[in-house]
Amino acid sequence: MSDTIVGHSGDVATPPGDPVDDARPAPGDEKMWTARLRGAAVRALPPSKLLPDRQPSYVASWVYIFGILSFASFIVILLSGVVLILRGPSWWHESQVGLFFNSIHLWSVELFFFFMVLHLWGKFFMAAWRGKRALTWMTGVVTFAISIGAAFTGYLSQQNFDSQWISTQAKDGLNSVGIGALFNVLNFGQMLLWHVLLLPIAVGVLIGVHLLLVRRRGVVPPLPERTGRHASTRPGSDPGVAPGSEGIDR
Amino acid sequence: MSESTPHMSGTRTLSEAVRLPDDSPWSGPKVRYDLVKEFVVALVVIALVAVALAAIFSSPDEHPVTIRQWAQGDPGDFLATSVTELDGSSPTATYGPPYNPWASGEGQKIGPVGFQRWAGVHIPVNTPNDFVLAPLRVAAASNPSLGAALAQYSTASGDQQQQWTTAYEKGVGHASFHDTDVLLPPGRYGPVAPMMSGLLNMARTGSLDADLLASPQFYGTDYTKPLLFIADGSFLSAEASTQHLQGDQWGMMNETGNYPGQAWLWLYTMWYQVPPFSTSWSANADALVWTLMMLLTLVLLLVPFIPGLRSLPRYVPVYRLIWRAHYRRLAAERHGSPDLE
Amino acid sequence: MLGALVNLNHTGHYLHWGFIQISVANLVVILLMVVVFVAAVAIPFRTGGKHR
Repeated sequence: MSDTIVGHSGDVATPPGDPVDDARPAPGDEKMWTARLRGAAVRALPPSKLLPDRQPSYVASWVYIFGILSFASFIVILLSGVVLILRGPSWWHESQVGLFFNSIHLWSVELFFFFMVLHLWGKFFMAAWRGKRALTWMTGVVTFAISIGAAFTGYLSQQNFDSQWISTQAKDGLNSVGIGALFNVLNFGQMLLWHVLLLPIAVGVLIGVHLLLVRRRGVVPPLPERTGRHASTRPGSDPGVAPGSEGIDR
Repeated sequence: MSESTPHMSGTRTLSEAVRLPDDSPWSGPKVRYDLVKEFVVALVVIALVAVALAAIFSSPDEHPVTIRQWAQGDPGDFLATSVTELDGSSPTATYGPPYNPWASGEGQKIGPVGFQRWAGVHIPVNTPNDFVLAPLRVAAASNPSLGAALAQYSTASGDQQQQWTTAYEKGVGHASFHDTDVLLPPGRYGPVAPMMSGLLNMARTGSLDADLLASPQFYGTDYTKPLLFIADGSFLSAEASTQHLQGDQWGMMNETGNYPGQAWLWLYTMWYQVPPFSTSWSANADALVWTLMMLLTLVLLLVPFIPGLRSLPRYVPVYRLIWRAHYRRLAAERHGSPDLE
Repeated sequence: MLGALVNLNHTGHYLHWGFIQISVANLVVILLMVVVFVAAVAIPFRTGGKHR
């Protein structure tokens, strides 16, 4: 199949790299997985949607920066974490520079949760799951939960009194539901590997999916100004109400 | 066209656009919004703030408790714990899965369901052997009288062993310590007394730390055994109390010293402070609180689908503050005002 | 040089209120969260401002 010549340069078909061409498989290529995947990806998120330079006029509040501040905090966590990885898990106990990078790592975690929770509050009060954005909300909640796990394994990896206490206490909760056998919080090697590889990847992937979903659906429009049971029975008389959408969280 | 004026050409008016369903792509006015610049600015700001906080406050690093510190700091507690490891009555020895086989009545339950029991013994810990007898056999290689005591203990009947350990548990509560000597009140301790003294000496020199960690291999990264042993005593727990880290001190949220801890765990730890989790259900509190928090997390996850809960934002006026500029613009458009700001 | 300018390693300060027990540090963090959230909602956002 791959040896069949499907065209020559100078053919009438649209030139390679043309956006119209990218969104659809070329004639004859419809069964190709690569072409279909590319087509689906480009149709869902063309470059102008992936990196838009315009936003709806209602995106005009400082509340909208909490998401990006959370993400920026995550980047600083990763960068400071990489420095700690470079010198190994005992470096910060032995070196002032190591302690300094450990401190950056700890404080960027505090900032991460600080802004993530504010982002959660904002999105809740905006009912941001409306308009088929439930998955955006849900990936956010899962990211929050997995982040707690990532922080937890970080605290377990400290190799100091705090990690001794946290591990010997947390084991009871995990053992009580049968998980402790597989996820042994007293096993430093296991916890460190979960912390530096598995959980950061999980959080990173979830954030990525979350961001793509936001770009795909766009920022949720404002709630109608006056809401409640009365407004929904008078479509059209209240210009702030969108008939058919009032009372329904889609 | 200035950046503050919405880009109008080729789009619907604000009033028209807001009438469309929430899942329609926005067809109303748009403004320039530099996402990449916003991200870069956010990254620089967060990096600077994190570096500043690190420079000003640093981070906590309380030294870990070693068995050696425990044995030197509170030999009475060390011995009292060690004898319960030997006779199998310590918290670790009676824990059940995953450390030892389930005996009747052990393990936490959620109602009638005992997940802990189902897990099986995946992390086997035999406290008499792992924490006492095996380390002592190592020391006995260079200590014949200790070897004799061990032999006497091993060949005695179970009942005789229990009599000795029970007597020792009573006696050690009234023990006094002079240098390396353990002075017990009169009692029939048999070989248990020299065995415990031998273990205490190992602990005081640090060789018990090394021995428990290094088993079964040279390169250890699994601290299960020394941690379980230390946690069976009260030395670790006493330090935790002074640092407000106990379960009934909202400890899950706290950090050592004056550092901020994990404020996001407030709800998880709160349940431990209130009845019935702190009272009649306290034996199963871990399992019950874990289950409750998993359920509440599920509720948070499914907010978009829960009637009532998902409508709450409509009745709390925060959204009206967030989007007040938008509502003003909408009203101005309806009244034909040229001022769209 | 790289050590703390403000030493937080002393015994923690805790506040008690009914069944609630909270460290001063955590309380400061939570109060800051509320203040920052309220500020973000209240302070006008100018699309023609310096960051745009």
